[in-house]
Amino acid sequence: MSKTFMGWPAFPRAAETAVADEQLRTNVRRATHTIRGKRAALVEERPDWQDLRDAAAALKDDVLAHLDTYLEQVEERVTAAGGTVHWAVDADEANRIVTRLVRDTGETEIVKVKSMLTEEIGLDNALEAAGISARETDLAATIVQLGDDLPSHVVVPALHRNRSEIRDIFVREMGRHGRPAPEGLTDDPGELAEAARLHMREKFLKAKVAVSGANFVVAETGTLCVVESEGNGRMCLTLADTLISVVGIEKVVPTWRDLEVYLQMLARSATGERMAPYTSTWTGTTDGDGPGTFHLVLVDNGRTRALADPVGRQALRCIRCGACMNICPVYERTGGQAYGSVYPGPIGAILNPLLKGPDDPQTASLPYASSLCGACNEVCPVRIRFTDVLLKLRSDVAEGDAKVKHRAEKAALKAVGAVMDHGPLWNAAVRAAGTVGAAVPKGMKLPGPLHGWTDSRALPDIPKESFRAWWKRTEGGAK
Amino acid sequence: MRTTALFVTCINDALHPGTGKAAVTLLRRLGVEVDFPDGQSCCGQMHYNTGYRRETARLARHFVDVFGEYDEIVVPSASCGGLPSEAYEIAAEAAGDAGLLRDVRELAPKVHELTSYITDVLGREDVDAYFPHRVTYHPTCHSLRATPLGERPYRLLRAVKGIDVVELPARDECCGFGGTFSVKNGAVSGAMNGDKARHVLETGASVLAAVDNSCLMNIGGRLAKDGHAVRTLHLVEILARTEADGPLAGIPVARSGGVLR
Repeated sequence: MSKTFMGWPAFPRAAETAVADEQLRTNVRRATHTIRGKRAALVEERPDWQDLRDAAAALKDDVLAHLDTYLEQVEERVTAAGGTVHWAVDADEANRIVTRLVRDTGETEIVKVKSMLTEEIGLDNALEAAGISARETDLAATIVQLGDDLPSHVVVPALHRNRSEIRDIFVREMGRHGRPAPEGLTDDPGELAEAARLHMREKFLKAKVAVSGANFVVAETGTLCVVESEGNGRMCLTLADTLISVVGIEKVVPTWRDLEVYLQMLARSATGERMAPYTSTWTGTTDGDGPGTFHLVLVDNGRTRALADPVGRQALRCIRCGACMNICPVYERTGGQAYGSVYPGPIGAILNPLLKGPDDPQTASLPYASSLCGACNEVCPVRIRFTDVLLKLRSDVAEGDAKVKHRAEKAALKAVGAVMDHGPLWNAAVRAAGTVGAAVPKGMKLPGPLHGWTDSRALPDIPKESFRAWWKRTEGGAK
Repeated sequence: MRTTALFVTCINDALHPGTGKAAVTLLRRLGVEVDFPDGQSCCGQMHYNTGYRRETARLARHFVDVFGEYDEIVVPSASCGGLPSEAYEIAAEAAGDAGLLRDVRELAPKVHELTSYITDVLGREDVDAYFPHRVTYHPTCHSLRATPLGERPYRLLRAVKGIDVVELPARDECCGFGGTFSVKNGAVSGAMNGDKARHVLETGASVLAAVDNSCLMNIGGRLAKDGHAVRTLHLVEILARTEADGPLAGIPVARSGGVLR
């Protein structure tokens, strides 16, 4: 079994470890700043960028408002085009369906196109438990899989690794899973890419079954669309006899015309390219051309839960471009694994609690994994207002249905609130602060949970006279 | 006769009274007589940002009771000044309080962050200030994105006589404060703050200015812990000073005419 995020510590603890890892911080900083710069330049050249964002948000909102109708249309069109549609309510059901479909082919080695949903549901491990080896073919996903590592980004899952770490993984692991790395492999990017190419080509040519996700499903024709950079996806989508696509129910767009909006935005936002090098589309099956058997597994796994949240549902507009994590000052210092999910960064901080419910300490810590700076709001191509959703989710934890509760914090804030809306008490409290302040040494460490402040900061001086005391003494500065 | 109230904010009241005094001095110089209703306490930002909407509603009710009768309420803080319009309606809805909802809708447009009050309501940029020191400015996230002040603070600063304004590298990046974030996620917050403090030092400025003392307390706390002499000052404390006050004691005087733009 490969590694999973099961039992991962809550964000503050995972982040503390990540922040202390200098190599990790250097790698993540370099990578995010590079993509950030490329994206900014390509967005700049589009005078209609804000209009595109409006359109992209509005189209997704329309889809989400009429999701049932669009999904039935997808099922009808895919079936008419020769595909078979399956419905999965959760991860277990999706994994069972895919495992059965692969078993029916008799194959035990299959290839995969990088897909966030199959990572979300843990498909690789489910297949492995059934004796089926599923090999990733995207370069970064391969690095993660070979290194028995966990992903740290939705677009570039091995973003936390630098090239010499990648070289070591290739040399150590490739031979155990197929063609070994060439003798004398260096950390030259070209050499590393060639090593991966040779290792994977063997798998493309052998595999009879491929599993993919999809970036978009066009309802009017039942067409699936995969956007990628390396061509590995195109190989899987065309060379296999059987293609199984596992897709979240929110991936629908109504028409081909709507696809135009997203194809102009996705690569610009994700990798800082005008178009991704490979955009593949397919509709059912075609005799003598590509896979003869096509299955579409449509997965809910919490999406209807998110849809029921009137503020949170905007997270389902997400097209997984990763722009929010590339701009995020928190992600930049922790990397993605600290979020304990295949969805890290700002989108992970809202999507995980929306899909799963903030009912365990790890998930409930995610809405607080943000300084609310709002940089993500500005880059999101589908205009997700991350800060609005974070605040809503915090209120779910603080005083809503979430099973995780912070009782001491609630009691403290309630007590402070009671003093604050009581004039005389508050007056006395502010005046007392000056007296206490004089007795507090500047270098003092605060106790309990407040040590987070004094670990890296001096305490402020507390003036002897508050503003209100001054106002009263001088009659508003008149004396 | 319009009535104007100063909502000084709880942090300024207890920890930065100089900011409140400077606001009074400056507004008076610009012809605005402010009142300080002493029933005021906190806007409820800490409660709201941590998820406690019903507690926020209680403080919103208190805010309305204290300030509702005034024509305008001026706040020397972008984050606290922004809260009534950003949060009070949501808090009132969460508390199911229709009366409060009506009241806060009426109140919110009357609440002004101080620097935009000076530029937009009073129509002033040159406020006859004098501050012969090297200053860099950190646009806090609230003043940058939530209620964007844009170039206003820079225009006010550049009109100050004798000042040497230097650009802060990576100025748009959050300092890591984020209210309870700085305590709940102290490690990440500290790492963000460390980078911000480093950028401040790179400018060679003697003073770091902003329109939120909470963020300044964060960055200043780091600078002080690391033993650096950079002073943090709310923008209004710079704008309030005139030639009669002379240079600020204990801070190097900038070479005259050395304004970097």
